[in-house]
Amino acid sequence: MSLTAKDKEVVKAFWAKMSSKADDVGADALSRMLVVYPQTKTYFSHWKDLSPGSAPVKKHGKTVMGGVADAVAKIDDLTAGLLSLSELHAFTLRVDPANFKILSHNILVVLATFFPDDFTPEVHVALDKFLGALSRALSEKYR
Amino acid sequence: MVTWTDFERATIQDIFSKIDYDVVGPAALSRCLIVYPWTQRYFGSFGNLYNAAAISSNPRVAAHGKVVLGGLEKALRNMDDIKQAFADLSVLHSEKLQVDPDNFKLLADCLTIVVASQLVKASHQRSMQLLQSSWLWWWQLSGSSTTRVPLQKLKSVSISVFHEMLHK
Repeated sequence: MSLTAKDKEVVKAFWAKMSSKADDVGADALSRMLVVYPQTKTYFSHWKDLSPGSAPVKKHGKTVMGGVADAVAKIDDLTAGLLSLSELHAFTLRVDPANFKILSHNILVVLATFFPDDFTPEVHVALDKFLGALSRALSEKYR
Repeated sequence: MVTWTDFERATIQDIFSKIDYDVVGPAALSRCLIVYPWTQRYFGSFGNLYNAAAISSNPRVAAHGKVVLGGLEKALRNMDDIKQAFADLSVLHSEKLQVDPDNFKLLADCLTIVVASQLVKASHQRSMQLLQSSWLWWWQLSGSSTTRVPLQKLKSVSISVFHEMLHK
């Protein structure tokens, strides 16, 4: 299920529309993930405050979306483009890749709430594929 | 079996009272068929599912979307024993329709997304307020003993919607 030229176009166009809200999207998605899928909290036990909208959550949401923005720019070769991020997640953070799917889902839900009219089924499928490809690139160095 | 807290129970009922079934059902089903095209395998007799536009305007998809929401309504009215309420539906889906249970999750994800955007639009009209909603429950369709389709566990979890972020 690799990204077609059309998928990439759709992703880039939608990203252009939403990039000004990226930080808010990231914060909301992360907040939701921590509440709805509490098993993900285990990766953040070093934070003082895991409640929705807290300072560490907001800050980290911004970091995550920075990574997504980077991936959009490197959409033509995600594996190469996300190499160092993959190493980080594989060797240092050691996040179980199953969680990439969970966060991706939460990002999509938040996008639907922020952009209810623009998040059409066509945009949805392109973004779902993109986040899937991003997750695969992130898993590259695991084993 | 899930034990619902008062908050979860009230919120789920509240969410369903706010959504238009005739809009959400068709939207969720067509979104599922578009975003996860392999799900079209179960709808071979529905005619033109060739592209997103065709799916979105297909009358049989729309009609069936309403049927599906009707099924969810049944779960809503029998929250404390969905397993029993869905026993016949479960046999139907496993024995006759032979739907891979993984597909239930895909449809549920699409439903979550459609409901989320519907609620946001609805509350936009009501002016800024904090929406608290308790959500995400999966269908529990138990397999019939003859086919041993694995049990889908019903999970109840809560999410909060942060309206002020929308209006920054």
